[in-house]
Amino acid sequence: MNKQRVSTGQAFRATLQRDLLIAYKRKNDMVNPFMFFLIVASLFPIGISPDSERLAEIAAGVLWISALLASLLAMDNLYRADYEDGSLEQLLLSPHPLYFMVLAKNIAHWLVSGLPVVLISPLIAYMLNLPSESYMTLFVTLLLGTPVFSLLGSIGVALTVGLGSRGLILAVITLPMSVPVLIAGTLAIEQTSNGASLGGYLAILGAMLVASISLAPLASGAALRISVN
Amino acid sequence: MTPASVDTSAQGIATRASQSLTRAVMLDGSDLFCERDDRILFEHLSFTVTEGQVLQIKGSNGSGKTTLLRILCGLNDSYQGSIRWYGQALEAQVEEFYGTLLFIGHRVGVNKVLTPLENLRWTCSLQQQVADAELYQALAKVGLRGFEESQCFTLSAGQQQRVSLARLLISDARLWILDEPFTTLDAGGVSLLEGLLRSHADAGGAVIVTTHHELRVADLQQMTLG
Repeated sequence: MNKQRVSTGQAFRATLQRDLLIAYKRKNDMVNPFMFFLIVASLFPIGISPDSERLAEIAAGVLWISALLASLLAMDNLYRADYEDGSLEQLLLSPHPLYFMVLAKNIAHWLVSGLPVVLISPLIAYMLNLPSESYMTLFVTLLLGTPVFSLLGSIGVALTVGLGSRGLILAVITLPMSVPVLIAGTLAIEQTSNGASLGGYLAILGAMLVASISLAPLASGAALRISVN
Repeated sequence: MTPASVDTSAQGIATRASQSLTRAVMLDGSDLFCERDDRILFEHLSFTVTEGQVLQIKGSNGSGKTTLLRILCGLNDSYQGSIRWYGQALEAQVEEFYGTLLFIGHRVGVNKVLTPLENLRWTCSLQQQVADAELYQALAKVGLRGFEESQCFTLSAGQQQRVSLARLLISDARLWILDEPFTTLDAGGVSLLEGLLRSHADAGGAVIVTTHHELRVADLQQMTLG
């Protein structure tokens, strides 16, 4: 009956697989943020002006804000089901560092809610008449920025998962933390279209990503412990 | 027994079980105090659980049974007093403790959209490597043959409870902490769980369980809260 212990890597993979499997079985959760992104971004031409010159001006900001709101919308179901059915307790009681377990959940969550938004963004950019030389910049900066949104959002969700009525509190916690990413992302697109080099902005966004990968799961883990207390 | 000589392997359990007279104290708490919303749940609470023993915690609703279990698991840290694992402070050896602890709470940890098989595979894989054949076998033993591939929201509460009980068959954890495991079970499930508790205790493991059910096990210790 003496079975082999599991390495942290294996537990990480098992958790990642489980969350992807759950997402696959709950397809509407997967499609929601994606559809939300699509709809919000298409409201701007309707609400502001279909004039292509003016759209081109605001396109970068619209895309980034829509991506941020879509990520916020998807955040709530990161820990809620696990909290309600007790799986979260099992995760907290695993003999592995909570950092890696939380990171696995965050990665799975970004893969199903963040990545589709990034992939579809060039299409929306075309609709909003973003200058075509900025497509690559948009894609790359979103690729670096949306995981930061997910990782930061995870802290907010972990803090609020135990509350009965969450309402807007998640947005109040998360959105201010996301502002630097939003600034860096939109500036990158704006400045590179004026001839600035992309390198510096990518370095800043990359640094934000690295910092949030290394620190945010620790904060989420601590917040989860408080929430189940 | 000094902590240095604690053998963490499953064979260790078997050898210790055979020398039943020298059973070690697995978990003990002394002078525990817990207060919630200005109401004292318990104070000066002390207990010991030795290998091969079942500790049954009783008490009226709201007397702090679940809180005590969660404190012992480390899920709740709003208490005073000391808890020791094989004679040493629990906080100093949390990872080792979690490697050999099996907790089934009031919420059993079964995801509704996953199947029993997938649920079991994940919870077990946090602690040990398990082959699929073994998962099927365990599910069959708890009476879920034929339900392995159904999503859990189609199962009854009792069946979901049985999914979590299947973990007891697979795990080689030495300490089981179970919160009201009998509530949703039918007569067959009750006797199945009793059998599991008995054989776990016979193998030198320990159980801490909250229930009002009359347990028929050899080395039973009872504690009443409130």
